[in-house]
Amino acid sequence: MMPQALRRVLPQILTLAAVVMLVTLVFPTFLSISVSDGRLVGPVIDILKRGAPIGLLAIGMTLVIASRGIDLSVGTVMAICGAVAATAIVNGWGLGPALLLALAAGLAAGLWNGFLVAVIGIQPIVATLILMTAGRGIAQLITEGRILTFSHPGLAFLGSGSLFGIPVPALLWLAAAIAVTLLMRRTALGLLIEAIGVNRRASALAGVNARVLLIAVYMASGLCAAVAGLIATADIRGADANNAGLWLELDAILAVVIGGNSLMGGRFSIAASVLGALIIQTIDTGILLAGFPSEYNLVLKAALVIIILILQSPRLAADWQLWRRSRSGLSGSHAAATPKPKESLR
Amino acid sequence: MISRALPLYVTIAIFLVAYAICYAQFPAMLSTRVIGNLLTDNAYLGIVAVGMTIVILSGGIDLSVGSVIAFSGVFIAVLLRDTGLHPIVVFALLLAVTTTFGALMGGFIHLLGMPPFIVTLAGMFLARGAAYMLTIDSVPIRHAFYDAIQSSYYLMPGKGRLTLIGVLMLLSVAAGMLLAHRTRFGASVFALGGGEATARLMGVEVGRTTVLIYAFSGFMAGLSGIVFSIYTGSGYPLATVGTELTAIAAVVIGGTLLTGGSGYVFGTLVGVLTMGLVQTYIVFDGSLSSWWTKIVIGILLLVFIVLQKLLLRLTQARLAPLGAAA
Repeated sequence: MMPQALRRVLPQILTLAAVVMLVTLVFPTFLSISVSDGRLVGPVIDILKRGAPIGLLAIGMTLVIASRGIDLSVGTVMAICGAVAATAIVNGWGLGPALLLALAAGLAAGLWNGFLVAVIGIQPIVATLILMTAGRGIAQLITEGRILTFSHPGLAFLGSGSLFGIPVPALLWLAAAIAVTLLMRRTALGLLIEAIGVNRRASALAGVNARVLLIAVYMASGLCAAVAGLIATADIRGADANNAGLWLELDAILAVVIGGNSLMGGRFSIAASVLGALIIQTIDTGILLAGFPSEYNLVLKAALVIIILILQSPRLAADWQLWRRSRSGLSGSHAAATPKPKESLR
Repeated sequence: MISRALPLYVTIAIFLVAYAICYAQFPAMLSTRVIGNLLTDNAYLGIVAVGMTIVILSGGIDLSVGSVIAFSGVFIAVLLRDTGLHPIVVFALLLAVTTTFGALMGGFIHLLGMPPFIVTLAGMFLARGAAYMLTIDSVPIRHAFYDAIQSSYYLMPGKGRLTLIGVLMLLSVAAGMLLAHRTRFGASVFALGGGEATARLMGVEVGRTTVLIYAFSGFMAGLSGIVFSIYTGSGYPLATVGTELTAIAAVVIGGTLLTGGSGYVFGTLVGVLTMGLVQTYIVFDGSLSSWWTKIVIGILLLVFIVLQKLLLRLTQARLAPLGAAA
């Protein structure tokens, strides 16, 4: 079981290693870690910390994409939850209620998305587009258009504190990744979500409660976005309804795609998605450290997506098989033509 | 047949009712000045939304258009600043670049068999990155030709200005309507939106049509970029972030089915104008904050999507007994 799991994430680990090596070549002290004031500091630790929002969003997004959906609203949900938490703190309601309200807002957003997708039956891109468009307006409504700043040490701890020398955001997303992976793989949940992603009708006929599970998947995504929003808000000690989580949904989708998860649903690996998030964050930070202008960032990302798309392409895979069969002398011309977009399920 | 055009009628009715409400509150809303500004302010959005309508009718999506508009503005501004080329030559160059870019994306979508969503997402990163690499500053455009275009308008009765870019948008919509509803290419687009396998069986050349669809969208995005550069008089790589989503919203509010295969280009114009009207109303009111625009547009989106879903259910319910009888 273990070697198989390792083989699944091997491409991502190799890519990450290659990116790290490239950055180290240009910026030799990249891997150095030192201890200052009882906490670890260094570029790698910084990546673990800054990668928290993308990592958390990627965890939720993996589940949604595995169910053959997509959640475009996570960036705005981050803004809403940050706004809710900051408003609660500024009004003096205390840390506990602030956190609970923010998480509840994330769950409510997920429930809304899940309701539109699972009950009304709207395609996921469109259903979550609604909240993506309206969500920033809602966040601005909560903060009344201002950037709400606060100086509550408890909430700020979530963004810039550290435990055992490790930044709290890094701990949070690692814990979330491990918890969700265990929940998915130690129970049948992961399998059921994959079943819905492969064929919702068939899974429903087989007795899977697709409707409830789909809603739960979107709520999980909303919850991840809420935690990410809390971290982002706590980090800058202010809720910025306009810019918090802006375009992070695209980075999260990219992380899931780099993680080798098919956008057509089905088999998924949270570890691979999280590695994908780390790759993106390493490129982001690496470009800054190496002294390249950050303009190159987007072009690099685009090149990365194109390479991954070519590797994942179902049509090219079918052609490749056809070519291999014709080489090995098997008259599999009609057999090779049948493999439909049911792509590389290792 | 009636049910197919119903979303369009609802769109038009909502627009007229909304305009009537605005007029009742602020009689000045009906002046040609407001109408002229409505056309001018939304010209770039209307043009890009026509391209988006064709893409969505074919069952696809193009997320790159906002970045392409920003790239266009920067491309024009930098070229006019650094070379002695006439703007017309620059426009031609730009349209060639964006059309090729769109065609390449269409080719990738067809060849790789990947969802348009993710291919055009890569295109979005690429176009925005290319704009950044040209410049990261806002570059002003100073050219006698630009001044001439900016000050050319037709003075409507009531002192409203019908600007050149407003007219260009109306012409684009007319061209889009002809293309979608009166040509062989348009029929192929609708067929593709109905289902790729069916379209292929009907004899549609799927690959060629897909490339042409995204090339057209790239062309419209380039044209929209030109209009936007005339409108703002500058090129800025951070401009028009999120315009692709506004354009998609306009198409949906215009009554086009997001799954493809059904819709009207004219509806998109009404969708764009409805969104512009919401903004104008908020400006007229003065006490409402700008974020209400986003919320109202979100609600409109929801209403139309649910409406489409209901219509689909109704048609299916009407067809079901026929299927059972056969």
